[in-house]
Amino acid sequence: MISDGRLGNAAVRSMLRLMQGYLISVSIGVPLGIGIARSSFLRMTLKPLVMGLQALPSICWLPLAILWFGLSDAAILFVVVMGSLLAISISTEDGVNSIQPQLILAAGTLGIRGLRFYGGVLVPAALPGIVTGLKLGWSFAWRALMAGELLFVSGGLGQLLTAGRELLDVAQVVAVMIAIIALGMAMDRLLFQTIEMRVRRRWGLLPAS
Amino acid sequence: MLGRFSGRRLLVPFQGRSGLAKIAISQLGHRYANVEALKNVNIDIHAGQFVCLLGPSGCGKSTLLYALAGHFAPSGGHIAIDGRAIDGPSPQRLLMFQEPALFPWLTVKQNLKFALRAKGLSRSECERVAREYITLVHLEGFGDALPHQLSGGMRMRASLARALAMDPSVLLMDEPFASLDAQTRAHMHQLLQSIWMKSRKTVVFVTHNVREALVLGDRVVVMANRPGRILQDLEVRLPRPRDPDDEKLVQMSRQIRDELRRAELSGRAAKTEPTLGGEDSAGENDVETEAPATASSVPGGVTGPVGARR
Repeated sequence: MISDGRLGNAAVRSMLRLMQGYLISVSIGVPLGIGIARSSFLRMTLKPLVMGLQALPSICWLPLAILWFGLSDAAILFVVVMGSLLAISISTEDGVNSIQPQLILAAGTLGIRGLRFYGGVLVPAALPGIVTGLKLGWSFAWRALMAGELLFVSGGLGQLLTAGRELLDVAQVVAVMIAIIALGMAMDRLLFQTIEMRVRRRWGLLPAS
Repeated sequence: MLGRFSGRRLLVPFQGRSGLAKIAISQLGHRYANVEALKNVNIDIHAGQFVCLLGPSGCGKSTLLYALAGHFAPSGGHIAIDGRAIDGPSPQRLLMFQEPALFPWLTVKQNLKFALRAKGLSRSECERVAREYITLVHLEGFGDALPHQLSGGMRMRASLARALAMDPSVLLMDEPFASLDAQTRAHMHQLLQSIWMKSRKTVVFVTHNVREALVLGDRVVVMANRPGRILQDLEVRLPRPRDPDDEKLVQMSRQIRDELRRAELSGRAAKTEPTLGGEDSAGENDVETEAPATASSVPGGVTGPVGARR
C-alpha cells in the first residue's frame, strides 16, 4: 500500500483538504471569537448559538452538508469547518477575556487605537489563548475530516480505511489507522506544541529555561 | 489648626496661585451605588506642580485620578485641563498603574517604540527617543530584554520610561511603587525626583504612604473617606532632593498621620477645615495609617511635640 503510493496519495489528499477547511475555520473563528469578546451585542446574540452548536458532534453536520452540497468535497469541507470553527472561536474569546485589564487600560492611555490596537495589542495579548484554540481546532478538524471521509468515496485516508473494511483486510485497516495516528501526532507535537511553547516562553508564562 | 504646621513653615497650607490652573477640578462628586466616593472636591493644579493625593483606601483618590485620565466620567462637577473638559483617555494625560503594564511580548525598547509609533513619530525618531529614555531610567543594556526577564523595579522603570517618552502634558500615577520592596521604592523615589527636577512635568501622584507623598510632592492633598473629600491641601517646602529619613520629613509625616487618624476617628477635623463639606465620617473605620513610616518610625532623636495636643 505504501509502495504502490495509495497511502501517500490518500494522505496528501486528506491533508490538502484539511488545510483548506482549517484555514477557513481560522479566518472566521478568530475574528468571531474577538467579536464575541469585545461586543456585548455579539455576546448576547451569537454566543449562545456558538455554545449550543459546540455540543453537536461535527459528524452530525454531514447529512445536512450532503443535502446542501451533494456528495462532494464541499460537503466534507463544510463538516471540517463546522467541527473546528466553534472550538477556535470559543478559545479565542477566552483568550481575549483573560487579557490583563491593565494592558487594555495602558493601551488606552497611551493612545493606541483602531487597527493598531487590535493588531498590536489585542491579538498578541490574547495569543496564548488563541494558540490553544488553534491547536484544539486542528485536532477537531482532523477528527471531523476522518469521519467525513469514511462515509463516501473521497480519495482520502478515511476512504482507504473503508476500503480495507470492505476487502476484509485487517492489515490495511490497522495500517491506515496507524498512519492517521502518526499524522495527527506529528502535527500536534511538531507544529502546535512548538508554537505554543514559543509563545508561552516569549510571553513569560513559562519559567525561562 | 494650621498653626501647628507653621512652626518651621515647611508644611504650610497651599495658597491658591494666580493665573490659569493647568488642571481645574471644581465641585467634583461621584457615587458608586450607595457610596459617596467623592464629594465636593475642588483642586487647582498648576503647570509644573508635583501634587500627591494622599489618603486611606476608599477616600476616592484613585477615583479622582481615573477621572482625570478620562477612564470614566464622574457623576457630578467639572474637570478641565488647560481649560478644556475631559473626554476619554488621551496620551496627553498619561496614566501609570500599580503594575508596570508593559506589553509582555515586546522587549523594553519595543514597548517604547510601539507607543511612540502610535503617537505618530517616524521610525528613526522612535528609535532615538526610545534610546534616550531607556538611558534616562538607567536601563541601558536591557533594551532588548523582555519584561518578564526583568526585576520588579526594572519593569517599573521601563514603564516610567515609556510614560515619559510619550511626553504627556500631565503625568498621572496611581500608586506606581506600592508593590515594590522598600529599598527599590526608595530608588524609584530618587530617580523620579531627579527626573522631575530636570523636566518639571505636571504630576498627580496617588499614594497612601505619607512619607512617599512628602518625599515626592510639592503639594500634598490629604484626603479622607466616607465621603471621599479633601482634608487639607499642604505645600511642602523642603529642598530637593529629599531624603525620606530626614528628621523634619519624618516629623511632618507624623503630623499628617495624626491628622488623618483624628479625622477618621471623629470627623472633627472635617468640621474645622473650611474646604470641606462638613460631614461626619462615622468612626468605624480602621485607621489606615500606612507603611514604612509607621514601621520604622521615630528614628532616635525625634521627640517633637508631635502627639501632644488636645
